[in-house]
Amino acid sequence: MTDASMQSPETGHRSVSLTVADAHTKKRANAEKRFRAYGIVAIATGLFFLIVLFASILSQGIPAFQRTVVSVDFTLSAAQRDEAESTLFKTKAYSNLFIAQLSKELEDQGISVDFDEAAIERLLGKIGGTIRTYYADNPGKLGDPVKFDLAASSRVDGYFKGRVSRDTLQDSRFLQLSDLDLVDALKQAGIIKQAFNWPFITGADSGVDNPGGAGIGASVIGSFFMMLVVLGLSLPIGVAASIYLEEFAPQNRFTDLIEVNISNLAAVPSIVFGILGLAVFIQFMHLPQSAPLVGGLVLTLMTLPTIIISTRASLKAVPPSIRDAALGVGASKMQAVFHHVLPLAAPGILTGTIIGLAQALGETAPLLLIGMVGFVARGYPDGFLAGFTEPNSAMPAQIYTWAARADVGFYEKAWGGIIILLMFLLTMNIIAIILRRRFERRW
Amino acid sequence: MNDMTRVERTVNSKDIKINAKKVQVYYGDTHAIKDVSVEIEDKTVTAFIGPSGCGKSTFLRCLNRMNDTIDICRVEGDILLDGEDIYDKRVDPVQLRAKVGMVFQKPNPFPKSIYDNVAYGPRIHGLAKNKAELDEIVEKSLRRGAIWDEVKDRLDAPGTGLSGGQQQRLCIARAVATEPEVLLMDEPCSALDPIATAQVEELIDELRSRYSVVIVTHSMQQAARVSQKTAFFHLGNLVEFGETGQIFTNPVDPRTESYITGRIG
Repeated sequence: MTDASMQSPETGHRSVSLTVADAHTKKRANAEKRFRAYGIVAIATGLFFLIVLFASILSQGIPAFQRTVVSVDFTLSAAQRDEAESTLFKTKAYSNLFIAQLSKELEDQGISVDFDEAAIERLLGKIGGTIRTYYADNPGKLGDPVKFDLAASSRVDGYFKGRVSRDTLQDSRFLQLSDLDLVDALKQAGIIKQAFNWPFITGADSGVDNPGGAGIGASVIGSFFMMLVVLGLSLPIGVAASIYLEEFAPQNRFTDLIEVNISNLAAVPSIVFGILGLAVFIQFMHLPQSAPLVGGLVLTLMTLPTIIISTRASLKAVPPSIRDAALGVGASKMQAVFHHVLPLAAPGILTGTIIGLAQALGETAPLLLIGMVGFVARGYPDGFLAGFTEPNSAMPAQIYTWAARADVGFYEKAWGGIIILLMFLLTMNIIAIILRRRFERRW
Repeated sequence: MNDMTRVERTVNSKDIKINAKKVQVYYGDTHAIKDVSVEIEDKTVTAFIGPSGCGKSTFLRCLNRMNDTIDICRVEGDILLDGEDIYDKRVDPVQLRAKVGMVFQKPNPFPKSIYDNVAYGPRIHGLAKNKAELDEIVEKSLRRGAIWDEVKDRLDAPGTGLSGGQQQRLCIARAVATEPEVLLMDEPCSALDPIATAQVEELIDELRSRYSVVIVTHSMQQAARVSQKTAFFHLGNLVEFGETGQIFTNPVDPRTESYITGRIG
């Protein structure tokens, strides 16, 4: 024994200080350091692109939430109304009255600028009609001063946002260089200014040459009705299918086949679902085109695999001992599932459903194929049922439509639409996280 | 040993509760239980002992058809409960399991309140007409589970918040709440510490006055302490079945002797 312990230094058991790392340890430590560095670089790259993405979305999209308005105090007496109504070109008469009032206001402030009716029309569009409609609807306002917030045309808006400048502006029927003098004068007088663009959030789409009037509101409604269809169909069908497959179905070739197919369906490109929807729902079943009902049906097909997969995963996560316990006291299989397994799996199912819905909300390609780019010129579908069957658009499809239009004014609208879409998606994901945190059970 | 002689004396009922005849169990191609015949008496604790994988748990689960939940499991032979074949086509396993309750190896209370854990069985079987009756059943069952005094002030607390031993007694209370005639216990003490084990064992001895108890255990000492009859399983065969005292002191089969003296297992 004594010999052995004395010989140990010679037999390779060198006594090495722990404070000095040997070559092998150093190599491993370096490998670990390198791996950490790679990880940090990967995350930093991801973050960098995320920041670039958000910065560009915000910088390009935020102007969409600002609009340029000309706000004028306008008073119309009953006598002036009657006089205007008696002329041949009634809207022109209103327009002239407005121009007179505007000139007077500028003069009062000591600003002199030359402008004609055509210039006002290029700045604000045909305002006579707007004023006439207002007084026809509100005859009680006659004689009182009314503040009109009139939207400036897209190019004037662009002048305020830096998109249009004196150097780049070419005279056209839309805007002439001399009009900018008027704009500057109005700005000096505080008549023209920038305001929050509520019509963008609540309004409907506009014509191709009027980006200023375009709003995403109608397509938000369209998306909302589609999501109702998706939720109402895919949640019950998906949950029922998963419960059957997970708890009741026998394990055989056939159920294996179904399982493989569901996993494959989740990976099918969305445009394929679009073609399917076009062929089955529109051409074969003759459902109305561009209707949120059809959009919802197509997105349901897409969402089902997601919901089935996440539901089955959360059912699997419920410990089998809970099923045994229920069966052991004489519960039927269905009672065991509905009284014990399903409540425990519910948070997972909800999370999966919300994530599936969020995916469906952002889906564009299949919607383009079934024509979910309906043009809603004014107002919304009238009534709840019409919301499902009347032509409408959806948020991502609307963004795509805007991005494809020629007028640069729509470019900013597309970015603004993306911000709104992202806000919806973010909200849904946050709800999913909160639900998961709140209802997660440990045992 | 003193324990054993005491319980031996108290065997007084000789009615056959469960009569298993030539039971074969297959898991796919595996022959898990081979030709097992056993008679389980009423108001008696019967212990199944044997090394791991010998089929004692499988056989226990046949007695209330819990093996039905396993697709590949196939049972042949007759198992008679009070003379009726429980594998008869007309028998609903749900009804059977209300008569033959089960306590599992790992305490598995529902993630609900203590009250709801016990009340669940009576509720689904419609044993209580109103809330007062249900309260009574819950209290009675918790008393039989020897846990009433510990939980009577917090019936609304989750059952999963109890200690392991308390959880297992809660599970026993849950099992007796449906008024079963037979209570199957699959290694009920394997997850418990010695003190909780002693409490559960004491409880099993009390339950014997009302039920026929079948207990699977890895611990031979436990079998000797709580049971009047012992069955020794080995490799899917029932090697020996008899009075507990006889099995442990004077086994007939050499394999039984090897096992209880620690040579195989």
